[in-house]
Amino acid sequence: MSDLHVDFLGKRLAGPVVGASGTFGFGPEYADIEDLRLLGGISGKGLTLHGQPGNSGERLYETPSGLMNSIGLQNPGVQHFIDHELPAMRQCGTTVWANLGGHTIEENVQGVEMLCAAGVDFIELNISCPNVKQGGLAFGIRAADASEVVSAVKKVCTVPLIVKLSPQAESIPEMCKAVEAAGADAISLCNTFQACAIDLEKCRPVFSNTFAGLSGPAIRPIALRMVWQAVGAVSIPVVGLGGILTGRDALEFIMAGAACVQVGTANFMDPKACTRITTEIGQWMDAHGVKTLEEIRGCARG
Amino acid sequence: MSAISCELTVLEQTAPAADIRRLAVQWQDRSHEPHAGQFYMLRAWAADATPLLSRPISVHDFDERTGALTFLYQVKGEGTQKLAALKAGDTLTVTGPCGNGFDAAALAKAGKIAVVGGGIGTAPLLLLCKALARAGARPDLYVGFRDEPYGLEAFVPWCASINLATDSGVQGHHGLVTDLLNPADYSLVLTCGPMVMMRGVAKLCAAAEVRCLASLEGKMACGLGACLGCTCHTKVGPKTVCKDGPVFDAQEVFEL
Repeated sequence: MSDLHVDFLGKRLAGPVVGASGTFGFGPEYADIEDLRLLGGISGKGLTLHGQPGNSGERLYETPSGLMNSIGLQNPGVQHFIDHELPAMRQCGTTVWANLGGHTIEENVQGVEMLCAAGVDFIELNISCPNVKQGGLAFGIRAADASEVVSAVKKVCTVPLIVKLSPQAESIPEMCKAVEAAGADAISLCNTFQACAIDLEKCRPVFSNTFAGLSGPAIRPIALRMVWQAVGAVSIPVVGLGGILTGRDALEFIMAGAACVQVGTANFMDPKACTRITTEIGQWMDAHGVKTLEEIRGCARG
Repeated sequence: MSAISCELTVLEQTAPAADIRRLAVQWQDRSHEPHAGQFYMLRAWAADATPLLSRPISVHDFDERTGALTFLYQVKGEGTQKLAALKAGDTLTVTGPCGNGFDAAALAKAGKIAVVGGGIGTAPLLLLCKALARAGARPDLYVGFRDEPYGLEAFVPWCASINLATDSGVQGHHGLVTDLLNPADYSLVLTCGPMVMMRGVAKLCAAAEVRCLASLEGKMACGLGACLGCTCHTKVGPKTVCKDGPVFDAQEVFEL
């Protein structure tokens, strides 16, 4: 039997698959669906310091092999999360990744301080949400802006800091190098791709914000290219995500050099996707005589 | 009761009307049985096939004795067309039971109850009427259809009266179902149907100061409260139709 564990930033992850932010609630939603102890972790719904109601109008739209969303970071706020959601998230039997995306540097710093004090395993700093007007993606386009917020957050962050990048960064390698230099302990990429859909009957965009984030298998090969670039640009671990639906998809990211992967949209196509993908990775490893993920991580790079 | 995900076998599929299907499947898990007003995410296609999302369909009926679980739905797009192609012996993947549903045992204590449905919104009302009747509160049913009604015979054993309205006048009252309803006659009104109909029912109830619960519909990705794709902005903040609902106090969701 293959060993699926991943040593990641000082923690032992039970497996290489982490539930991606925004698709997995805070974990308990899936507790009766699959065995969450098999996961590497759960990245919770993206938080903002004060919480927000999210966007009005359409929030979901299906495309060929993809899903567009415009949730707009609907969340209860950091304190509510700490008081009401975190205790149950801790009971899921896997690592807790608190995903935070502040509107300003100050909000990010304060949120990270509160989350670290409350006790989470990792902070995933989201500088890549395409669906909010202020902040979010504003930090994720130019390397200098990302560097500024990451440096400020790093000063107060007492747990490993993962920075989640947008595919819209001006240059993925430059962005990765900047956040590494600013103190990020790891990088995760990529968030959704900004996209558009038009409602023909209404002669208007489907989404109130005109643009929305595209995820799912449609974007997987592009995400994989970006993960490849990120791994080549930095020496910190890279968490790969973008349209992973099968064990083979996940293995591509690992062979490109990803430390572990996140699974998002696939949870909506198969609610047991995270554990199924974990099983499929193990089956592939068994069939190919691979004992640990270490043996194949980055092997495609030659 | 929280949701599970599993593969089920189709017992039977029939067509009560041209674009309406009644799908019966064999539910297996006795520790996660559905109640009135809950729904399932149905998927009769592979994880990597289109459409990308599973389709939320409300529970029409459930037989605790045999485990037969029935859905009544309208064939509208690619997802429901694929569901409509299912035949006895085929399998499909389901996630559920999802949502809060109606607490029929508690509601039955309210006194005299009206149940108001419109079109395919009548689907979740059968199990509701059955549960209310079994709890000793046989409701009066008010239903509106655009044209030919369907599925009403199943309600007969569980309702004190059935009051029908059709837009076309083909059967029953020629007009709106809300023309027939006088909420002041009731201590509780339960409704499911088009938003415009439910808003009308909620308005009448508010004027008569009668409590009204409405079961909403929403486009959703997970059905579990995880994605927040189906959020409904209520007077008490954002709520998920899939997990906080689909049953809400009508005063909270409708501007009256």
